Amino acid sequence: MTRYAMVADLRRCVGCQACTASCKEANGTPPGVQWRRVVDIEVGEYPDVKRVFVPTGCQHCADPPCMHVCPSTATRQRADGIVTIDYDLCIGCGYCAVACPYEARYKVDTASFAFGDEPSACEEVRHDPKKIGVATKCTFCVDRIDAGRAKGLVPGVDPDATPVCVNTCISGALAFGDIEDPDSNVSRLVRENKSFRMHEEVGTSPGFYYLWDKETP
Amino acid sequence: MKQVVQARLQRYWDIRAAGNFSFGGTGSGLVLAAALALALGVASPWAVAVGLGFIGLGLFCVWLEIGKPWRAINVLFHPHTSWMTREALLVPPLMAAGAAAVLIDIRFVYLAALFAAGFMYCQARMLLASRGIPAWCQKEIVPLILATALAEGAGAFLVAGGRPQALIVVALVAGILREIARVLYRKGLVAAKLPAATLKWMASREEKGLTALRGLSLACLALALAGVAPTALAIAGGSLAVLAGWGLKAVIIVRAAFTRGQVISHTPTRGRGPTAIVIPS
Repeated sequence: MTRYAMVADLRRCVGCQACTASCKEANGTPPGVQWRRVVDIEVGEYPDVKRVFVPTGCQHCADPPCMHVCPSTATRQRADGIVTIDYDLCIGCGYCAVACPYEARYKVDTASFAFGDEPSACEEVRHDPKKIGVATKCTFCVDRIDAGRAKGLVPGVDPDATPVCVNTCISGALAFGDIEDPDSNVSRLVRENKSFRMHEEVGTSPGFYYLWDKETP
Repeated sequence: MKQVVQARLQRYWDIRAAGNFSFGGTGSGLVLAAALALALGVASPWAVAVGLGFIGLGLFCVWLEIGKPWRAINVLFHPHTSWMTREALLVPPLMAAGAAAVLIDIRFVYLAALFAAGFMYCQARMLLASRGIPAWCQKEIVPLILATALAEGAGAFLVAGGRPQALIVVALVAGILREIARVLYRKGLVAAKLPAATLKWMASREEKGLTALRGLSLACLALALAGVAPTALAIAGGSLAVLAGWGLKAVIIVRAAFTRGQVISHTPTRGRGPTAIVIPS
C-alpha cells in the first residue's frame, strides 16, 4: 500500500515562506487562505527563548475527522492516503473546518483578489468559482502527483510529480514520498531522525512528520 | 516546554449555527415535554406545533450559514459517520410524526418524542465530533447539551400555557441536571488542561450573567412548586430557563470555540550538520 506523507525538518526550516508563496501561486488561493503556511512559534522562557518555524497545513490524516463529520461525502480519502474535497458536493457547512485539529481548512464566501476587485493575470488563470462557498485545503498537489505518476515519475523524487511547496523549499526542509515504502526518502528521514507528529493525542494519525533531532550515534 | 499559545477563535460557525443548537434544543425539548404532559393526562398539540416551529427555525438558521444553500440536500449523503447527516435525516420523520400529533391524533406525540430525543442527541454528538475545538470535543458536553435542551423544552412548555404541577417538577429537575452537567463539563475542561483561552469564557461577564439567569430560573421554579405565585413564577422560571439555555449555547459555539493551535512537542536542535535530505546516504 502507498501512503503519501510529508516530512518537515524543523532544524532546517528558516521561515522564508517560499513554500507558502509557491502554494498560493500554484493553487490560486485568495488573500487570507494559505493551504501551506509556516507558523512562527516562540518556545522557552527568557532568557532561553527560541523561534521555531513550523510548516503546517492539511496533515492528510490516516483517520481524518474532517471526512467522518462531512455530511455530504465531499471529503474523501484516496487509497494513497490523500484526503480530497469534491467541490461539487460540498455544501460549505464548515463542519470539517471545526473538526480539523490543524486549522487546515478554509472557506471563503466571496471572491477576493490580492490587488483590488479585479484578478491579476495570474489570479485570472487560477481562479476557480467552484471554490467559493465551499471548504478548501491542501491537496498535496494531487493533480501533479497523478499527472506525474501517469508519466512514470515518482512523487517525492521527480519534481514534476512532487508538491510545489517541496520543490520550492530553499533549505531542503520539506520532503515528500511514500511513508509505507521503507526505501523512500521520507521513510528514511523518519527512521534516521527523531520525529513527532502534531496533536497525536487526538488520534488522527497525521501524515505529516516533524524532524527535530538526530539520533546520537 | 513553554511556548506561545497559538489557539484562536474559530470563525466558521457563528451565531447562526448557535441558533440551530438553541432553537433545535428548545424545539426538541418541547416535543419531549408535550409527550410527558400527555402521559400525565394533559394533551397539548400546541406545544408540539411550537416545538416543530422552533426546530424548523433552527434549521433555517443553519441554512442561512452554509456556503451552498441550494445544494443543502447533500447534507443527507453521509449517515455512516456524520452526526450532521443523522440529525438531518431525523427531521422528516420528526416533522411527520409531530404533524400527525397535531392534526390526527395527539398520541403520535410519543413517536415524535422518540425522534426529538434522537435529534437532540445528534446535536450533542455533532459538537463532540468536532475534534478541532477542545471546548466541544469534551465528553461532558453531551449531557450538558441534553440537559439544557430538556430544561429549555420544559421551560418553554410552562411559558406557552401548560403548567401542570408535574411539568414544573420536570423543569426544575431538568434545570438541576443542567447545572450538574455544567459543573462536570467545566471540571472536564480544566482537567484536560485546555488552552487558557478556552477556559477564560467561564469567567467572562456573559457567563456570570448566564449563571445568574440560571440560578434565578431555578429559584422561580422552586418557589412556583412551593405554591408562591405559581403561575407567574412558573412562567418566569420557564422563560429564564429558555433564555439561559440559548445564551449558554451561544457562548459555547461562538465565544469558547478556540482551536487547539499549532503545538510542537520538541524543540528542534539546529547546527548539527546536513541531513539526508541534502546528502543522500
